[in-house]
Amino acid sequence: MAGQIPLVDYLVLDGAQPHLVAQECTNCGARFFDRRNACANCFAAEFTTVPIATEGTVRAFTIVAFAAPGIPTPFVAAVVDCDGTQVRANLINVEPDAEHVRDGMKVRLATQSIGVDSEGTEAIGFGFEPIG
Amino acid sequence: MSASDEVWILGIQMTKFGKHPDLDTVDLAAQAATGALSDAGVTMADIGVLAAGNLMNASAGIGQQLQKQIGQTGIPVYNVANACATGATALRTAIMAVKAGEVDYGLAVGVEKLSGAGLLGGGGSRKEDADTWTPAGRYGAVAPIDGRIGTETMPGVFAQIGMEYGHKYGGTSFELFAKISEKNHAHSTLNPLASYQKRFTLEQIMNDVMIAYPNTRPMCSANCDGAAAAVVCNGETLKTLSLEQRRRAVKVSASVLTTDPYEAGCQVLPNVNTLTRKAAAIAYEQSGVGPSDLDLVELHDCFATAELVHYDNLMLCEEGGAAEFFNSGATWRDGSTPVNVSGGLESKGHPIAATGIANIWEVCHHLRGEAGDRQIANAKVGLAHVIGLGSACGVHVLERSAA
Repeated sequence: MAGQIPLVDYLVLDGAQPHLVAQECTNCGARFFDRRNACANCFAAEFTTVPIATEGTVRAFTIVAFAAPGIPTPFVAAVVDCDGTQVRANLINVEPDAEHVRDGMKVRLATQSIGVDSEGTEAIGFGFEPIG
Repeated sequence: MSASDEVWILGIQMTKFGKHPDLDTVDLAAQAATGALSDAGVTMADIGVLAAGNLMNASAGIGQQLQKQIGQTGIPVYNVANACATGATALRTAIMAVKAGEVDYGLAVGVEKLSGAGLLGGGGSRKEDADTWTPAGRYGAVAPIDGRIGTETMPGVFAQIGMEYGHKYGGTSFELFAKISEKNHAHSTLNPLASYQKRFTLEQIMNDVMIAYPNTRPMCSANCDGAAAAVVCNGETLKTLSLEQRRRAVKVSASVLTTDPYEAGCQVLPNVNTLTRKAAAIAYEQSGVGPSDLDLVELHDCFATAELVHYDNLMLCEEGGAAEFFNSGATWRDGSTPVNVSGGLESKGHPIAATGIANIWEVCHHLRGEAGDRQIANAKVGLAHVIGLGSACGVHVLERSAA
């Protein structure tokens, strides 16, 4: 079965409009990327799926030089503020050094191939790349 | 026995931190525990409760293993695991038993064998990608996400925590973080129990191997072996003891453990600020001691980037003012609020479960006037802080005996 599958279920591969989604608590509005039994903020148990803005600003980053075996280094790990929702991601399509990566830089969601499995299905991951 | 308002550290000991190839985990725990008992002037026959932690083998029952070597008296054992706050959690458990009036004396022990452990937190035993992509876990991930969606390595996580502080308040730089490490390594030269007692220049620190920008190798906590233990007792019991025991006893003016309260960003980057600030606020309230009263602070500098944010979280400086506070020289041993005069985790070392008692040993050593070359003159009040990701934070405020 050829085709594509997202790296994580909160990445929606929507043709030309890939985006992230979150589970939003219907009571307090807290957003979560993983499956939750109840809201960590208000304990309510009803969630609705909401899209996350695809552009944001870098709020924190590090350039990882040493990682677990099998992880290509160096890479940039970051927290991106997407219109008030904080997203964890790698910064991609940028030189991984302190001259090119800056606090507060504007970035947008981008997807990339993770690889193809034995049935020909391609896994698609995401990162954020500089705008402009 | 009845509930006691006062809790005292009667005896406390830490082993030399570093490589101990000839000692196993129980040997190290026994060395610290028997040292603490002897320092307290009591024996296992007096101890009513034992709380023990060894994070890397948390299911092995270190408390009972230790009893087999130093005294099987049938007392309750609480084996605790709370990330890097494991030692503080063991101590707090013993303190709670004493405070509740269930026992007169409690013993807390933390031990770790961590030499050569390498990088912690990342997918250390990362599995190969599967033959066919199959969503699994709470993210429905088809492959490991560490390294593909940010980092789970400790140096990288804490690097971002320091960088985020700079994002909010400004004033930070690679050089500033390196200077914090320079301070702690300079302090370590006076601590014979530290893993490393080597002074580095700023240039050496900045040009060392980069682990996760801006943390170079000497800016990361040192993995090592070590143990620490403490004997606590209540105020009524202390009154029955010798003048020497009363004089050397250190008052636990506050003992606080917190976890991270919900905050929007904490699911993507652990927030070490909320729970530390909360623990500090409770500790200052409990003890009636304020940040300006502190003669020394041992805080959890697992990375140089972490030390900076905790100046603010422990309210040693004004909110947002940590960089300026450090630049003023306040946290050097001759400054207004000496921080990590032991050398901190970056040079003293970080045998995980031992750390939360070892930092209290350091403070007690100064309050007793027994810190030798690194003694902070006339120290009366100190604070010890640890944080473990997940998260848990321990803060203890300690005061010199008036006896």
